[in-house]
Amino acid sequence: MANETTLNETTLMACHGCDLLHRVPALPEKSRARCSRCGAVLVAHRPNSIDRSLAFSIAGIILLFLANLYPFLSLESQGVVLNTTLITGVIMLVKQSMMGLAALVLLTGILVPFVLLCALVYVLLSLKRGYHLPARRRMFRLALILRPWSMTEVFLLGILVSVVKLAKMATIIPGTALFSFLALVCALAAVNVSLDPGLVWKKMDQ
Amino acid sequence: MKTTSVHPPQTAIKAGLFNCHGCSLLVRRPSNAFTGSVRCPRCNTRLHIRKPNSIKRTWALVIAAMIFYLPANLLPVTITTYMGSTQSDTIMSGVIYFMQTGSLGVGLIIFVASIVVPISKLIILCGLLLSVQKGTSWRPKDRTVLYRMTELVGRWSMLDVFVVTVLVALVRMGYMTTIEAGPGAMYFGVVVVITMFAAMTFDPRLIWDAMEKNDESTTC
Repeated sequence: MANETTLNETTLMACHGCDLLHRVPALPEKSRARCSRCGAVLVAHRPNSIDRSLAFSIAGIILLFLANLYPFLSLESQGVVLNTTLITGVIMLVKQSMMGLAALVLLTGILVPFVLLCALVYVLLSLKRGYHLPARRRMFRLALILRPWSMTEVFLLGILVSVVKLAKMATIIPGTALFSFLALVCALAAVNVSLDPGLVWKKMDQ
Repeated sequence: MKTTSVHPPQTAIKAGLFNCHGCSLLVRRPSNAFTGSVRCPRCNTRLHIRKPNSIKRTWALVIAAMIFYLPANLLPVTITTYMGSTQSDTIMSGVIYFMQTGSLGVGLIIFVASIVVPISKLIILCGLLLSVQKGTSWRPKDRTVLYRMTELVGRWSMLDVFVVTVLVALVRMGYMTTIEAGPGAMYFGVVVVITMFAAMTFDPRLIWDAMEKNDESTTC
């Protein structure tokens, strides 16, 4: 636990919101340091950051596979059941020659979360186990850049809205993948809450 | 926990430090007059004192988003074919449909995500850009908070793109009804991506730079 503390000594940091320099002391449990001028969060203490974010990232990858393998919604109308997987929408958009839209959904809904989670597992596992894997910093930088483009939670809300829209036309049966996707959204949120980029950069320096 | 700033309060730019955008490492600038490019020794991100050409780039992206926002709202996002007859729906007609059929909450969610969020985001970014260009010292903290909100909330505008995708996937060939994605959905996706980039290229530190210039002119 001793080597898990975010900051062991006072660190000089500049606020990304207003550029003011701060001396940030070692943070107590579950506290966060805010900029004294603009109020932006400078650092937040995340308990067990590396272990937790690694665990949630691995869980996320497994859930992402499940969410893509099984049908997420089935539509029953006039006795016919039609299964739909996450990728079906993308395929249909390609068929309707809406390539850009298909690419956007494929990226933000499936590929970006996948690459993000893989990059995090790569970096965090190497830190946890003490492996010196190549290009760790580049991978972590990639993960941080991809973070705002992973939109699974918006996708989930989109699914729920569509269900409400179609509920009057046909019977909709939720599938395994829908619950996996819901759990994936939670896992990604948990990764965001438990990940401490400052700590990861520091550990990679050692 | 509130931290204390260094004494006397100083910004990274004045202390001759780069604040790395990628990993928050403070890197000493070779000299104040130095104009070449430097990379972060820790994460290899290109270092800048301020985001390069922030105001010009953000303006360009905001204007582009405004232009694309028109076809996004005027062109249909979904084209429903039911027994030979077709019906085109724009974002607004979709919202009205939900409200009329009793799903007030869902209609409201779509209205906020696809109309309120992008429009207010564009208005706020315009306001921030103008305030920075005029160099006002009006409520810098509130303006920074406003910026942080636009940055966080923008992603939710993608909602309609995902709704269209799921509708297209669920209601497909083999039934009497099919739903196809309309060109409006594409434009809408473009608007969301452009506004996200616009929020990323805006540098909130410019709000505070104007403050410091004003401080200097009053103290000198």
